[in-house]
Amino acid sequence: MKEDLVLPAQRAQGPGTDGERLLEVTGLTKHFPVKGGFPIRRTIGQVQAVDGIDLTVHTGESFGLVGESGCGKSTTGRLITRLMEPTAGTVAYRGRDISHASRKQLAPIRSEIQMIFQDPYSSLNPRQTVGTIISGPMEINGINPQGGREKRVRELLEIVGLNPEHYNRFPHEFSGGQRQRIGVARALALEPKLIVADEPVSALDVSIQAQVVNLLQQVQNDLGIAFLFIAHDLAIVRHFSQRVAVMYLGKIIEVGDRDSIYTRPRHPYTHALLSAVPEVNLTDEDTGGRERIRLAGDVPSPISPPSGCRFRTRCWKAQDKCAAEEPPLVRISGNHEGHLTACHFPEEPTTEGREEDIVLDPALAALEEAASDEGQGQP
Amino acid sequence: MSTPLLSVRDLHVSFKTEDGVVRAVDRLSFDLERGRTLGIVGESGSGKSVTNLTVLGLHNPMFTTVEGEILLDGQELTTAPEPELEKLRGNKVAMIFQDPLTALSPYYTVGRQIAEPYMKHNGASKKEAWERTVEMLGKVGIPNPGQRAKDYPHQFSGGMRQRAMIAMALICDPDLLIADEPTTALDVTVQAQILDLLKDLQQEFGSGIIFITHDLGVIADMADDIMVMYAGSAVERGTTEQVLRSPQHPYTWGLLNSMPRLDSDTGARLSPIPGTPPSLLNPPSGCRFHPRCAFQGRVAGAGRCTTERPPLATDRASACHLTADQKRTIFIEEIKPRLG
Amino acid sequence: MLRFLVRRIIGAVVILFLLSIVTFVLFFGVPRDPALLMCGKTCNPDSIANIHHVLGLDKPLTEQYWIFLHNLVMGSNQFAQGPCPAPCFGYSYHTNDPVWSTLMDRLPTTVSLTLGAAVCFLIVGLGTGLLAAWRRGTLVDKTATGGAMVISALQIYFLGPLALAILVYQTHWFDKPAYNDFTGDPLSWFTGLIIPWVVLSTIFAAQYTRMARSAMIEQLQEEHVRTARAKGMSRRYVFFRYAWRGSLIPIVTIFGIDLGSLLGGAIITEYTFGLPGLGQLAVQSVFFSDLPLLLGVMLFAATMILVFNIVVDATYAFIDPRVRLS
Repeated sequence: MKEDLVLPAQRAQGPGTDGERLLEVTGLTKHFPVKGGFPIRRTIGQVQAVDGIDLTVHTGESFGLVGESGCGKSTTGRLITRLMEPTAGTVAYRGRDISHASRKQLAPIRSEIQMIFQDPYSSLNPRQTVGTIISGPMEINGINPQGGREKRVRELLEIVGLNPEHYNRFPHEFSGGQRQRIGVARALALEPKLIVADEPVSALDVSIQAQVVNLLQQVQNDLGIAFLFIAHDLAIVRHFSQRVAVMYLGKIIEVGDRDSIYTRPRHPYTHALLSAVPEVNLTDEDTGGRERIRLAGDVPSPISPPSGCRFRTRCWKAQDKCAAEEPPLVRISGNHEGHLTACHFPEEPTTEGREEDIVLDPALAALEEAASDEGQGQP
Repeated sequence: MSTPLLSVRDLHVSFKTEDGVVRAVDRLSFDLERGRTLGIVGESGSGKSVTNLTVLGLHNPMFTTVEGEILLDGQELTTAPEPELEKLRGNKVAMIFQDPLTALSPYYTVGRQIAEPYMKHNGASKKEAWERTVEMLGKVGIPNPGQRAKDYPHQFSGGMRQRAMIAMALICDPDLLIADEPTTALDVTVQAQILDLLKDLQQEFGSGIIFITHDLGVIADMADDIMVMYAGSAVERGTTEQVLRSPQHPYTWGLLNSMPRLDSDTGARLSPIPGTPPSLLNPPSGCRFHPRCAFQGRVAGAGRCTTERPPLATDRASACHLTADQKRTIFIEEIKPRLG
Repeated sequence: MLRFLVRRIIGAVVILFLLSIVTFVLFFGVPRDPALLMCGKTCNPDSIANIHHVLGLDKPLTEQYWIFLHNLVMGSNQFAQGPCPAPCFGYSYHTNDPVWSTLMDRLPTTVSLTLGAAVCFLIVGLGTGLLAAWRRGTLVDKTATGGAMVISALQIYFLGPLALAILVYQTHWFDKPAYNDFTGDPLSWFTGLIIPWVVLSTIFAAQYTRMARSAMIEQLQEEHVRTARAKGMSRRYVFFRYAWRGSLIPIVTIFGIDLGSLLGGAIITEYTFGLPGLGQLAVQSVFFSDLPLLLGVMLFAATMILVFNIVVDATYAFIDPRVRLS
């Protein structure tokens, strides 16, 4: 791919997302200090958890953030909800910069951005009744809905599919899926405009996951709430999100609308990620399997990420340029509008001409070579 | 047909707890042939992990009652004395666990932990065991194995730890390998490497594998045969192709329908299984799935699902009162179209 | 690791420094004049002023503190009682003996008492705890746990006099507790301390039994212990190699704290049995407003606790490679 084919950087804006820019994140960065040194402990390094990401979430839109552990997706969620303060960059909510806002300044916005957490067991106070938990945010923000808080809580319980009569029960009396519903009800209590959902279903059993995903989707459609949906499960993110960003080692490496990303991934990492998802083949004819890309090793440490393109150490297309120059996140030639990719040597936009079997893992390659040699030896 | 490698007959496992008796495994029977992979799918509390701890006698004997037969190569394991089981564990039967960080001791080097069973079961000297350990680490893809064997587990990445676990499990060339959610704690790109590695090593070592998971995609990739478990019993079994292409049990349908796929229709809503898995302290009468089943109304003979426990035949079978014709038509007409 | 230890030692010195300042300030904050205790019947403003002058108490507080530090590090020849080599805490107001040599005189008693008891309670306590964990749920376990619970609720000032009354005064089976120098007469050193050892270690042993049992049971439920069993290692091997190693961490932590504070003076035990150790000295120094002695005992006891804290940290590194290698 020649550089002159690269179109100027453009914000991702998929079709059907012409709504207002609700959340605008620019150059968002979070570095955690690493302490050490002698004789006085000082900061000797930085964990570059999130390193300069840009993203926009529009009103009512569902935006998915996928990536493997340590890619910074959860940190991003916490920065946006301001549970953490960014090291650099801005988080603008409805045009207002909240990246360094004080508690007081945040107060009016807190009710509009809510968070749903992964673990439905530890994110609910075991000593509070469901009623107290759900009405908590209303109390803190001094909101008195018509008909009183209790009536509102009962309404919310009904919306999330729980029995309103269970108002006085404690979290331990509910199953995991039901607890996550309580978490959703709490998030809805203040009629938020944006919900940041951090792995909201990954702690749940398969049969329960679907219940909660449906609930979130219903909430999104009926109430027009925008979602930042953070998860590692590519299929669930695809199901839930209109637009998707893929993160790797603190960077967004590819972003675009769902179909673009899932059917025409241009970044080798996105491609490898998709080919690694094990899937049930339901078609009657045997298609001979999907493409198979097996990367080598694990994700490098975010304390000293590789220079240039951070994926280059595991990439089969990497060249000298990848180590020297960080590829910008831009709309490269062949991409749909709104589909941005950060890669010097992107994959072809069509599936034609791609290698079907890329095995970078040396152990796998050795074992498979040995097996095929043996197979040839005895016809 | 020769005797199967592992044969479980009418296994019942129950625990005494403060709240009462938990019937974790109830009337379970299955076989595993040499060199094949049996995938056991089920959600938490389905009894899939308990079953396999019982095979190795690793349950707590004080609070657990085990009835039934577990035959390994014809040898009865439920009544075998502890020293006999010790000889089998890690030697003829090995296990891989879910979280390789907690499953390896933080206090000893990876190499030492891998070498231990080799020394114990083969009477090998320290030096021999160490050489074999380094060889195994190389085989599972640990770069520079001679050096890395001297490292502690916390110095390994998640994927490398699981590779080390695999090396440890295979060092005595076991006939049976039990892998309990071995990739659940791993990232998807690492999971793919580990699954391929297990498949390739199985070719080389020829072990039979019991692969326990909640992920149908993983099972489709790994298993020759599948057994679906629900609330302590098997509800469906067959070859992977049979169970995934033409499933016959409403619970299996529910599982397939409730998970989105990379190619499913994004406009459609998911079809979850209603309700929650039952408590095993007080499981439902009759078919244990009936409180969550949408099809019980179609079963001939009113109330059969709530009173009569459907049996599960051997080979291709599903434990459901629907007739074979009903199962086929319902799947083709109602379930399959929703799978996209 | 070495860096870590050096950092901890520097930290400990800073803590001792701050502690000495606090002791100084508190001492002068208490409205109790040591001169009044010293001048006896002849007290008059002049004699009090004179004593103040001799003791240096008329100097500004900062200067006194400076002199204290200086003497501690460099020693001093300024004392009327004679030379005072470093570490010089000065001379006791009450007895006129040099503080450092008083401390050193009392130390063997406390060390004998503590170490002897520690050996007993470690062997008995950990042994019983391990046995209870090994036989979890059996009668052995229930007896050990129940017994330990009852005993750890007892107090030395109850158990001590009881033991004395029965074993010494009624049955005359044992000698009255006393401290005899080990180098002079090892046998009477032993017989003199046996009752204090037994009493002190009984209560500690009960606590260590409970601690060892719960630490072992927790460790035995660890997944890596299950892995070790799954590879065919015997129950005994797994118990002592895998579970015990992990249990050591909480045990070493508590043992370090216990040993440090006991070596700083087991006040109640020493009083109960009339043993002239550091604990008695501490009480005495407070009672007589004896600033040099008080500072000496305080700093000595604090040093013991800090030293054992550092020893504990170093032991962690020995036990756990995650500590050693990070």
